[in-house]
Amino acid sequence: MAGSVSVTAGLHAPTSQGTMMETAMVEIEQLNLWYGLKQALTDVTMSMPKHRITAYIGPSGCGKSTLLRCLNRMNDLVDGIRMTGSIRIGGVDVYDPGQDVTELRKRVGMVFQKSNPFPKSIFENVAYGPRILGVTNRSDLEGIVERSLRAAALWDEVHDRLQESALGMSGGQQQRLCIARAIAVEPDVLLMDEPCSALDPIATAKIEELMLELKDSYTIVIVTHNMQQAARVSDYTGFMLLGELVEFGVTRELFTNPRNKKTEDYITGRFG
Amino acid sequence: MSARHKSFWSTGEPFVWLTGGALTLALLLVVGLITLIVWNGMGFFWPRQVIRLTLSDGSVMTGQIVDREPLPGKRNEYRIKLKVANRDLYGADFQWVDESRIVKRDRPADVAVIERTEWGLLIGSLKEVRDGDKTIAVGGASAWAEVQKRMDETERARRQIRAIEKVEIGAINARQEALRLKLRGFELRGITSGPEIEATQKQLAPLREKYQALTARLAELRKGQSLTLVVTADGGKEKDIPLAQVLDVRFPNAMGFAAKCVFYLAHVWEFIAGEPREANTEGGVFPAIFGTILMVILMSIVVTPLGVLAAFYLREYARQGAFVSAVRIAVNNLAGVPSIVFGVFGLGFFIYGVGGAIDRLFFAEALPTPTFGTGGILWASLTLALLTVPVVIVATEEGLAAIPGGMREASLALSATKLETTLRVVLPAVMPSILTGLILAMARAAGEVAPLMITGVVKLAPSLPIDGQWPFFHLERKFMHLGFQIYDTGFQSPNVDAARPMVFATTLLLLVIVVFLNLFAIATRNRLRRKYATSAV
Repeated sequence: MAGSVSVTAGLHAPTSQGTMMETAMVEIEQLNLWYGLKQALTDVTMSMPKHRITAYIGPSGCGKSTLLRCLNRMNDLVDGIRMTGSIRIGGVDVYDPGQDVTELRKRVGMVFQKSNPFPKSIFENVAYGPRILGVTNRSDLEGIVERSLRAAALWDEVHDRLQESALGMSGGQQQRLCIARAIAVEPDVLLMDEPCSALDPIATAKIEELMLELKDSYTIVIVTHNMQQAARVSDYTGFMLLGELVEFGVTRELFTNPRNKKTEDYITGRFG
Repeated sequence: MSARHKSFWSTGEPFVWLTGGALTLALLLVVGLITLIVWNGMGFFWPRQVIRLTLSDGSVMTGQIVDREPLPGKRNEYRIKLKVANRDLYGADFQWVDESRIVKRDRPADVAVIERTEWGLLIGSLKEVRDGDKTIAVGGASAWAEVQKRMDETERARRQIRAIEKVEIGAINARQEALRLKLRGFELRGITSGPEIEATQKQLAPLREKYQALTARLAELRKGQSLTLVVTADGGKEKDIPLAQVLDVRFPNAMGFAAKCVFYLAHVWEFIAGEPREANTEGGVFPAIFGTILMVILMSIVVTPLGVLAAFYLREYARQGAFVSAVRIAVNNLAGVPSIVFGVFGLGFFIYGVGGAIDRLFFAEALPTPTFGTGGILWASLTLALLTVPVVIVATEEGLAAIPGGMREASLALSATKLETTLRVVLPAVMPSILTGLILAMARAAGEVAPLMITGVVKLAPSLPIDGQWPFFHLERKFMHLGFQIYDTGFQSPNVDAARPMVFATTLLLLVIVVFLNLFAIATRNRLRRKYATSAV
């Protein structure tokens, strides 16, 4: 695994050992990114600790989704993109020319802003990733599906209708299904791009609860508009503005005692 | 303009009436069209009463009334069009009779309508049955009894003759032709003698013997058919008709409703499953149904993968830009090119180009008789596939555009490759759109006639493109097609008047087939839609 880094001064992160040191899962160094001529990310350097929830907040267009999409190279699909700097996940350079993208995405799962289940049965949705990875045995698949749905706190609701279309589920259930689908391939890192923005408060609460449960097994990175959500679930929070990482630190510190004036303005609602 | 007027116009009411009126007009036209075709097409098989008219000059005319119209220039005077049939006796099937000349109408129960293999219907009363020179039954009732007794036997003999001619002699001919071509092949390679040629020629001898045996058997069967039916028609004219030519004898005036129903169904069946007779103006249209459906299926097999793959490239792989837009516009315009243009292309490219090359390479021994270098069902299907490929491309592309991008991203984020995403997520989701395109393509192909006329449709094809002779699929063969049949029977037949009901029946059948092909595809699409509904939440 990657080396240890000191995240910020005054850190009192909830590690079991109670140390001030965390193991970094994702390390970003000097990341710059341009869409054509427009620079979307400027000199972003940071690390995200293992088995923690790291949240990014910031106004629309600040580059937080772009940053997230760099982590599993979803940006590869966009034309005219250019970037410098490095990203390492679990010590491996994500943009290394020898890096197999599908291999990377197996380790870095993603949940999208708009729930996007496939127009298939609930079972087939969860089994999709494992099937892609070559699992064909029916009982293995059933085991994976049950485990993933349980982990996503969905099993009790859907275990008797696994063969029904996923599109018949409620919005919140669909989003949890997408989480179950993402964790069915057992990634190291789970990226969540505003996963609750289209959900009602009850469904949001369920997803947040789920995130807290999942962080024991996965490193979670979440992008959110919702500052309360970041405050509720995350261990670390980064505030981004105009492509720059303005401030990054332990969530409670950042919200109660921001060191940067812009951060303070944003979280107190003075702009954005 | 008064305030009241103004408010009337500003309510928008007139526009609603205008739009509603336009829709009503369109609906009326469609309903009228269908009613006309269904009425004329379905009425064709119903046995009409035969009426006997005694005219003022004492002459008698017997026939079926098909039309009645006012005399030109006179009020309340009509004339009727009588189908007197007996083309061979009177020279024409139809007669116009002024109603003023009719002194008596009656419906004699003993008038027989005889359907025969040539010359159309024969209307008259049965007189006697002869066997060779010997008279074996005299008078209507006993002649009818004799005919009934002998009909089955005659029918059986007719079938046997047909089987021998078509199947057995056909097989020998095919075999002989193959051997002849083999010999010709040797000749082309400069081999004029040697063991191969002797062996081939040796194979010919038993075929000839078999052929002789079959012709002898045919002659014997024909000799067995010595019965003749004598029928008296109007004016005491007599017609001797060999029983072998009689297909059906009926007495429409004596038929009850149930008998008419049975007759109706039997004739509908004959129409659908039978072979055409008398230049397609009588009998069935089975070869045309077969040709139409087979051609549509062949076209679908070609057009679906072609169109779908092209659409996938355009939407999923090609870099969207000016060039792709230009291609898209070109594809859309291709759908508007007149179909005869495609026909000419099919003739020039497929038949003369590809077919000619195939002939030179593989069928050189048959030249100058072309094998693939002439119109055939394969070339017609390929031509129609070209004609309909834009429809499939456009429908598939629209379906692909409607699939949420998130679905592709979700699959990619689960470590699927682009190919896996395309095959496992995009293709199933776009299936309903593909089928929509296919439905439109099939509907267009089934009704298209112009390009077929120069790429392989004929008035009468001696054999079906699929039969029992090796290699079973004869896609180089010419074929019959319902659309062309309608045109041909309606406008090119020697007796257009007599063929008109057949035209309506064929039209109705073509409509029914197109509707059924569409229903099948729509049912499949709906099933898939339920399975792969793409609406989120």
